[in-house]
Amino acid sequence: MGITVEGANKRFGDFQALDDVSISVPDGSLTALLGPSGSGKSTLLRAIAGLEDLDSGRVTINGEDATAKPAQKRGVGFVFQHYAAFKHMTVYENVAFGLKIRKWDKAKTSDRVHELLRLVQLDGLAGRFPSQLSGGQRQRMALARALAVQPQVLLLDEPFGALDAKVRKDLRTWLRRLHEEMHVTTIFVTHDQEEAMDVAEQLVVMNEGRVEQSGSADDLYEHPANEFVMSFVGEVNRLGESFVRPHDMEVVLDPDERTEEGLVQRIVALGFEIRVEFVLGDGTEVWAQLTRNELQRLELREGQIAYLRPIQAKSFNGSSPSQSQGASTPLGSPDEGDAERPAAV
Amino acid sequence: MMSSSTASRWGLRTLGLGYLALLLLAPLAMIFFKTFEDGIGPPLDAITSPDGLHALKLTLIMVAIAVPINTVFGVGCALLLVRHRWKGNTLIDAVINLPFAISPIVIGLSLFLLYGTTGWFGPTFADAGITILFSVPGMVLASIFVSLPFVVRETVPVLQEIGTDQEQAASTLGANAWQTFWRITLPAIRWGIAYGVVLTTARVLGEFGAVTIVSGSINGQTQTLPLFVQKQFEAFNQPAAYGASVVLALLALTTLLAMNLLKRKEA
Repeated sequence: MGITVEGANKRFGDFQALDDVSISVPDGSLTALLGPSGSGKSTLLRAIAGLEDLDSGRVTINGEDATAKPAQKRGVGFVFQHYAAFKHMTVYENVAFGLKIRKWDKAKTSDRVHELLRLVQLDGLAGRFPSQLSGGQRQRMALARALAVQPQVLLLDEPFGALDAKVRKDLRTWLRRLHEEMHVTTIFVTHDQEEAMDVAEQLVVMNEGRVEQSGSADDLYEHPANEFVMSFVGEVNRLGESFVRPHDMEVVLDPDERTEEGLVQRIVALGFEIRVEFVLGDGTEVWAQLTRNELQRLELREGQIAYLRPIQAKSFNGSSPSQSQGASTPLGSPDEGDAERPAAV
Repeated sequence: MMSSSTASRWGLRTLGLGYLALLLLAPLAMIFFKTFEDGIGPPLDAITSPDGLHALKLTLIMVAIAVPINTVFGVGCALLLVRHRWKGNTLIDAVINLPFAISPIVIGLSLFLLYGTTGWFGPTFADAGITILFSVPGMVLASIFVSLPFVVRETVPVLQEIGTDQEQAASTLGANAWQTFWRITLPAIRWGIAYGVVLTTARVLGEFGAVTIVSGSINGQTQTLPLFVQKQFEAFNQPAAYGASVVLALLALTTLLAMNLLKRKEA
């Protein structure tokens, strides 16, 4: 059950948008397709919806082979980044569209539409036109429209991408709650790792038309399968062959055999979190994430020399990831450093 | 004292309006003035003569046939050009502009040759008992030819602008291609089509060059209003020529006005 895609390939001219992609989305789950632009995540979503034909591969929705079905018969709700509001229809008519196509009678349609408008908190605006709504309201209308026909699956293509930061955050929380109530299998596409980790139970990280790794947010963060996943899901420094998270960079004032010397180039205070940028002897630029308390204790200043000691580093030789505990024992007290996740840039 | 920017703004306005008045409005005003110089009687008599009424009727028939055909074809062609990209599109795109590029009289001549007794299609139609030249079918063909690009040209940019999101949303909501077209695409492009229809109508109303060749301009038979105007003018029957001109101008103005009223209602 749920959604499966097996061996999906799609080419646009010379561009391989999907390269032998297989994913499995459990029934009732909330999954994020995460990746940079051009990674194939939107193409994959559109292929599931039937808006894009695959060159080869299979799409199964709730146990049924949907590969050859047109979009109109797949029973999916689709939400577009730019809302795709029907501009010549009112909010009510937009939400009622799918029901009208299914020839519901008027009374039943009206009940259903108003129920959904209440759910998305637009009940008072049924008579407005999309041009009279804010971006956030338009997107909620689009969501109500998609949900009206009781789709088997809900697919959202960068649904919050066109909204400003505050509205985006609100809608995120709201989508998660909505999913808890409705339990319809949901996939949403995003390039924002923070958004993906905030909303989704399962993440699928894509790059250059391939699936790099899938799993829970913790899984991906703690056990990235490769360099790409490690750098995409969170921040990373490269030290020779190994990769270190900025919060795993310990800064000390006395060198030993495990430390590297670095020149403090810049200290950026981002609230409680401090970003300290270093240049190493070989010219490599790295940064460490410290807390305000740590910075005060170290009394670091720009232009001074300090020493960096990776607490935990990873290296990826070929395809098999290996993890090495860097330094002996972390010096910092347990309530410092590790607890904070780096914020998205 | 006016500031210099205000002065230059008024200067530009005066220049623009003056230019339009001199080139466009003065000749039209002259026609109206000349027509009603001796009262409404003479032009009215000329227009309501059997030949005048027939010309008016024939002109309206041209519009009634050519405009719907070019509208349906134009919308279909615009959909083909914008929504179904393939290699032939460049060719179609270029061919559609031909009526704009070629002088109407050349179009008339080419139709004359094609459907004449020695043309490719002439004998076939003659055998079937259908007369194309010097009769209504030929005039309709000429009218369709010269006014073909308008709906396509006005619809294509609107189709491009609305994009495919709304159509795709409709399909995920269960609408088939036909339902999507009627309920989503058509309402979204209706102003582009309406503008194209207005321009097509105006062109068909006023077409002279192509129609004059294929029709033979036979009094009371194959004469549209523009042809009637020319014949009367040549015969020094000025009240009739002016009267018919005014009717033509009023028809075109009505079309434009109807369009503007609809547009204002929409906004």
